[in-house]
Amino acid sequence: MDLYDSQRSMRHMRKLAMQRGVVAILDVGTSKIACLVLRFDGSGRIFDEGEIGSLAGQSGFRVIGAATTRSRGVRFGEICAMQETERAVRTALQAAQKMANIRVDHVIACFSGAEPRSYGLDAEIDLEGQVVSEQDVAQVLASCDVPEYGEDREVLHAQPVNFAIDNRSGLSDPRGQLGNSLSVDMHMLTVDAAAVQHLAHCIKRCDLELAGIASSAYVSGISSLVEDEQELGAACIDLGGGSTSVSIFIRKHMIYADSVRMGGDHITSDISMGLQVPTANAERIKTFYGGVQATGMDDREMIDIGGDTGDYEHDRRTVSRAELIGIMRPRVEEILEEVRARLDAAGFDHLPSQQIVLTGGGSQIPGLDGLASKILGQQVRLGRPLRVHGLPQAATGPSFASAVGLALFAAHPQDEWWDFDIPADRYPARSLKRAVKWFRDNW
Amino acid sequence: MQSLIKRAKPSKSIKPDPAPSRWAWRMQRLMLTPTFLFGLRIGVPFCLAMIAGTVYLADEARRNQITQTYEDLRASIEQRPEFMVKLMAIDGVQDALAADVRAAVPIDFPISSFDLDLPAMRSAILELPGIKQASLRVKPGGLLHVDVQPRIPVAVWRTEDGLALIDLEGSYIGSVDHRTDRSDLPLIVGDAANLSVAEALDLLRVSAPLGDRLRGFARMGARRWDVVLDREQRILLPETGGIQALERVIALEGAQEVLTRDVARVDMRLAQRPTVQMNKEANQEWWRIRQLSGQ
Repeated sequence: MDLYDSQRSMRHMRKLAMQRGVVAILDVGTSKIACLVLRFDGSGRIFDEGEIGSLAGQSGFRVIGAATTRSRGVRFGEICAMQETERAVRTALQAAQKMANIRVDHVIACFSGAEPRSYGLDAEIDLEGQVVSEQDVAQVLASCDVPEYGEDREVLHAQPVNFAIDNRSGLSDPRGQLGNSLSVDMHMLTVDAAAVQHLAHCIKRCDLELAGIASSAYVSGISSLVEDEQELGAACIDLGGGSTSVSIFIRKHMIYADSVRMGGDHITSDISMGLQVPTANAERIKTFYGGVQATGMDDREMIDIGGDTGDYEHDRRTVSRAELIGIMRPRVEEILEEVRARLDAAGFDHLPSQQIVLTGGGSQIPGLDGLASKILGQQVRLGRPLRVHGLPQAATGPSFASAVGLALFAAHPQDEWWDFDIPADRYPARSLKRAVKWFRDNW
Repeated sequence: MQSLIKRAKPSKSIKPDPAPSRWAWRMQRLMLTPTFLFGLRIGVPFCLAMIAGTVYLADEARRNQITQTYEDLRASIEQRPEFMVKLMAIDGVQDALAADVRAAVPIDFPISSFDLDLPAMRSAILELPGIKQASLRVKPGGLLHVDVQPRIPVAVWRTEDGLALIDLEGSYIGSVDHRTDRSDLPLIVGDAANLSVAEALDLLRVSAPLGDRLRGFARMGARRWDVVLDREQRILLPETGGIQALERVIALEGAQEVLTRDVARVDMRLAQRPTVQMNKEANQEWWRIRQLSGQ
């Protein structure tokens, strides 16, 4: 019941935000905090028009404000210094609000860390009537066995991914069909409760209402996997700053999500340690000269690594690009190996299609796709997020995959467990609500 | 020891990241709130103006001064010579009636045209008995022009109260002391005779051949006319078609001299059967002649 309540209240908040037409998207990452302000104009819904428009049904909203700021107080995708993070969130939101010139009250946030764990749930009920009703769907969802996921964890997503009636599987909407038994497969994602609470607290301290939380792995999958990849089976690997999130999609549903607690910041710190330069310099060197595939040319390309100690010899050091690559490559390999392990654990190699899409800021390292195809398999491509209305050019890169995905998620939310009616037998006896519902159903 | 090399500026990332303070953040959000902005843009100036006005007008002397200034200004415009009316000219009536009109609208000239209440004056004039229509207007040059259309007396109506002059519509115009004062007008008598003056005038026109034998017309029972001649002769006319009936009588007079004879009344009320009533002496004379002639 607890789960229903908190998620339902967030869903209610999102409906309010939709009615007001303005909602902010907040991607709390380790290296940057991105904020998009969306305005919903209520048009272009796929199910209203019956066909998909030129923007793949994403014309229902428009980005009217976008801002990024350097993230503070976030490590491994989790908030560790609340005051700092709050200030960063405020900075991003203020800039976005200023650009949009509109006041935003509702925020949908995503974060990548907090050790997501996936659980597959299933349940089966005998159909009392012949025709599957909404009540039966609610019943079967409610009868899923919830595993002991731990006291300090919270359910972030619980999505029914598959319905089956008797022997017919792969139904997306079983209502109105006939059968003797109805079974459901559900994917549940739990995260650290503390991380969610910290994020909620941060947003509350900014006088904003939290209208939804999503996992960054899920939303970057939404934005960077194209439709057939989502349908046939693909993994999205979001190489973020502090953590690398992995999500596996099949039949347009996420069936697995995980995150590796390593990311671009670790590469930077490796460079910083290896070359004895400040982190800021290391970051600059990484983004300008970084790579993972050394060639003969790279031995001759010398990089000024700089420094501001005042010691001439120290400040005028140079390294060859090959050396830099020699520092970066093992770390990237380590991250990808770890991802490989997670994918293997999830049974990714049993999927019919094993497309792997690399996205996130880390995927911009030159030569990464070559290295990834050696470790992860042949079908690797670099993904960029979908184009959405009004998104500034600066925010179209792969590092905004989860922000854009969250915008899509806000516009077209997936049905979750708590969106279905609470089955009637869960109501307290003689509930007034039940009486009202009976009246509404029968009159 | 100071280094000889100028140190590079500390890079940006070393500085603490800029962030709006909590209050700056709240202020920005407040300034983006539409209702607040509306209040700021409209409400605050309105309230300020309201307060200033109230404070200024709270003093009795200031209020009086404002009223006084307004009054003075108004008076100075109204009293300009262009707006002054110096004279009243009455058109359409003479002497006594004109004097009545002047008495009905007593005005002290010169007066500003703003102070003239022309509709009220018009209704006052229309209340005079002899006035049918009146139109007033202020003409350039300070002239109040009163155009009056008097009622024209067409008949004298004798009632129990005396003789009254009435116009075509039967409205009372004035009284006369003697019938001979207005011998040019026909005399009518009877209840509600004034309501069918036009009919009486038609009868008068038709009865011209009767000459000075005509004394007047009597309205009988408020529905039909009697033509009264001298020697107390009467012609009783029907309710409708009275004029044709009178024409028949006059034709009879021309052919057979009915009225010249000693006849008391000619009854034309039934068109199919005109009746003649003779006087008593004439009757007896007629009987005597019939005896003498042996009939």
